[in-house]
Amino acid sequence: MTEHLHDDTPADTDGDESMLADGPPLADGRNTAVASQWQLMWWKFRRHRLAMAGLTVVVILYLIAAFAEFLAPFDPNSYDRKGGFHPPQAVHLIDRTEEGGLTIRPWVWETELTRDPRTLVSTYQATGEKTYLRWFGEGDSYELWGLIPGNRHLLTPVDPDKRFYLLGADRLGRDMLSRTIHGARLSLLIGLIGVAFSLVLGITLGGLAGYLGGWVDTVISRSVELVLSLPTIPIWLALAAALPATWSTETRYFFITLIVSLVGWTELARVVRGRFMSLKNDDFVVAAVLDNAPQRRVIFRHMLPSLTSHIIASVTLAVPLMILAETSLSFLGLGLMPPAISWGVLLKEAQDVRSIVLGPWLFAPGVAVVITVLAFNFLGDGLRDAADPYN
Amino acid sequence: MLKTSVEDKVDARGDVILDIRDLATHFPMRNATVHAVDGVSLKLRRGKTTCVVGESGSGKSVTARSVLQIVDAPGRIVGGTIALRTGGGEVDIATLHPRSRAIRAIRGRDIAMIFQEPMSSLSPVHTIGNQIIESIRLHEKVTKAEARARAIELLAQVEIREPEKAIDQYTFEFSGGMRQRAMIAMALSCNPQVLIADEPTTALDVTTQAEILDLMRSLQEKHDMAIMFITHDMGVVAEIADDVVVMRHGKVVETGEVNEIFANPRHAYTRRLLESVVKLEQRAEIKRPEAEVLAEQTDPILSVKNVSVVFPLRGPKRKGPARGFRAVNDVSFDLRRGESLGIVGESGSGKTTLGRVLASVLSPSEGGIRFHENGGAGGDVGQLEGEALRNYRRQVRMVFQDPHGSLNPRMTVGQIVAEPLLNNGIARGDALRDRVYDLLEQVGLPAAVAERYPHAFSGGQRQRICIARAIALEPRVVICDEATSALDVSIRSQVLDLLIRLQERLDLSFVFIAHDIGVVRYFCDRVAVMRKGEIVEMGPASQVCDNPQHPYTKALISAVPHPDPTARSMHLRHRYEDAGVS
Repeated sequence: MTEHLHDDTPADTDGDESMLADGPPLADGRNTAVASQWQLMWWKFRRHRLAMAGLTVVVILYLIAAFAEFLAPFDPNSYDRKGGFHPPQAVHLIDRTEEGGLTIRPWVWETELTRDPRTLVSTYQATGEKTYLRWFGEGDSYELWGLIPGNRHLLTPVDPDKRFYLLGADRLGRDMLSRTIHGARLSLLIGLIGVAFSLVLGITLGGLAGYLGGWVDTVISRSVELVLSLPTIPIWLALAAALPATWSTETRYFFITLIVSLVGWTELARVVRGRFMSLKNDDFVVAAVLDNAPQRRVIFRHMLPSLTSHIIASVTLAVPLMILAETSLSFLGLGLMPPAISWGVLLKEAQDVRSIVLGPWLFAPGVAVVITVLAFNFLGDGLRDAADPYN
Repeated sequence: MLKTSVEDKVDARGDVILDIRDLATHFPMRNATVHAVDGVSLKLRRGKTTCVVGESGSGKSVTARSVLQIVDAPGRIVGGTIALRTGGGEVDIATLHPRSRAIRAIRGRDIAMIFQEPMSSLSPVHTIGNQIIESIRLHEKVTKAEARARAIELLAQVEIREPEKAIDQYTFEFSGGMRQRAMIAMALSCNPQVLIADEPTTALDVTTQAEILDLMRSLQEKHDMAIMFITHDMGVVAEIADDVVVMRHGKVVETGEVNEIFANPRHAYTRRLLESVVKLEQRAEIKRPEAEVLAEQTDPILSVKNVSVVFPLRGPKRKGPARGFRAVNDVSFDLRRGESLGIVGESGSGKTTLGRVLASVLSPSEGGIRFHENGGAGGDVGQLEGEALRNYRRQVRMVFQDPHGSLNPRMTVGQIVAEPLLNNGIARGDALRDRVYDLLEQVGLPAAVAERYPHAFSGGQRQRICIARAIALEPRVVICDEATSALDVSIRSQVLDLLIRLQERLDLSFVFIAHDIGVVRYFCDRVAVMRKGEIVEMGPASQVCDNPQHPYTKALISAVPHPDPTARSMHLRHRYEDAGVS
């Protein structure tokens, strides 16, 4: 595909002339000479192991959120009166058949609520019976994405009246696993939508400030500083508290997203402004101006491609901030409200001492938040390192 | 490896202080191991200067850093010995751990190093004095007061004026030359026996370079130091070297005594290197004689009249004449049709600013530039707008200094060269592709490179791409802003020859901005010398370069080192005394 002409012969007299440098030769024969910036970025990104792990986790999380109805064993709002604070159960995969041989099928020990007659402490005790589970069995019916009706779940009890709790149950006997999986949907989505809002604001304002400079820059930069100087939590609280309680879940969700992204755009605007300012004086941009390129072309053809990778990296690092913001707001009772399910809403249930004592597994959504935020941060770090593959 | 008889004699006398044998320093990368230094052997002699010469990427800096065990990660010494023979016996530095106590004791005390960029090797938050005192007290047990007295004495030794005052100044208060002097003072603080200088004068102007070289020579005599001087400039080598080591691709291709190397180079690479240097000492052979060109070129194509550029100082705006820093001050000249006009000057002379005004990147604060299109009078460039400005930018093109920064790394070479053609509606589709291929071939690149990205090219090739972009619109004038200074010397003349050939073929006029007298002499018909924003002398290239009239030009020209060790002339140079010269 390309010629590797190396002039190791000492007698060559043309030096640079005939030598077509091909960049560092790569072991797997990839050709960096004709690789676009995205290919180079991907090759560089792939070497960042932690970031690759982050990417994998993020993709898995979004897949879980997308197929929540199918992956969750139960409807998140279905409850079992006799299952309050049921502890997590382990799934066994190997079972004895009636003839005494071994077979593979999932099952859990069946439990029964007993109450100590003197201390009145309720405990779940194994009855010795087994609850058998089934892959892709029929269970609670749902509409995937509100469109496709179905009732198949990844794992269901064979007997539809039985229940099992892989991550335990909450106060009302609702399955925490199902609720955490469903919570992922709103929590992860709010990160994306919030960032999309911030992105539009940040790129427009930051780009204008950086490219035009002068008083436009002054006005925008000062507003950014003003917004940054506002104490976030009180402002969120005030704004969220101002939302009428009568609003539907969807409207509320939309406005919470707006509130959360109010802060996010400032960081992005700063990044974009800085990049624009330094790029504006780069030789290749000056060269484009001298080539008589119209302003639109200078911005979109010459400057923006150098920015996109950096913007993507900043965006990735902004997503976890949004998720954390939503979680905090909902945790404080000012974000999303039940019956909406998000990780923040779920964590709100773990606020009191009783939950900590009786059901520490109620913190499972918190673990999910930690995993998500870490994964996004690793991914963002890797992207930032790979964003400029020409250094 | 070529061993000369000189070297053997030296061994016998036993005054070799640093003996590097088969040194190998490798950089293990993910995909491959880079053999930056691959079996290098060289010797440093007491009181002598050994120049290590090579072009970029030859491994000369890594060799120097290996001696002090300060190779950047992931680089590692993987083989060979570095024997340091001091009074106390022999130490093999290659076996010491980079963070061991032993190597720390050697650094600074036995072997000191100075770097190319004094600004980044001196701390900006400590005074010069504190940094020197610290390095003294790191190696010797002396009181602060004693160390301070020593530091003042050192500053005096490196000829910094008023050392008592300078010792309490900060790095940013020093000029480039003063900083390098301070670095040398610091390096000398513990009387090292070996001084490694890694391109110490590359970032300096030629007159400052001459001063620093003078200083290093006198200090060497006083302290009987061995100096390892790394440079790419054969002129400097000829001026200061006793021994020369020529490196290429991490290997030593030739070593020997300086006169021997210059008079009788054995290796083809050394010969080629010297040829390309000597070639730049005179007017290009492929150019027609200067007088002929000058007689023919009379009508101006670009007239610069009383142009000044003032960069406003920050602060409250006041009414009245423009205040601020005058980068270009009342400059007038005519660029004649078909000529190459050189503009020379040291850093801060305003030559780059002038070039940017000519290329219509900046507007002049005062005065005007008139472009004579097709013999008729054009408008003043500063006032051009819309289509007239677009037309001017089609006719007057620019080649930038930095071949890395001036090509958009995210576009293929084909797209880059096509950009001016597209923007000006010259060609599209198949015609555009053919024109791009044609342009690439005109600058000596095969058409196949069009689909590659700029990062796959070397500096010289990138500069060719820049030239292809510049000539794409068939301009009348091309402004080259230090177009060859980022290139290795062997590539420099190739690019210049390309420009000369293009000039003949396309009837171009060049404004060639440079700090390198050699390049100007080679390429230009007339030369203007700039200093502090003004043109101090202007005339035919041969006259300005060989028989300068203005005292500043005399100082500038005589400070240029010539690649001839038998005629060392720098100590005979003219000095142009002026307030603020380091």
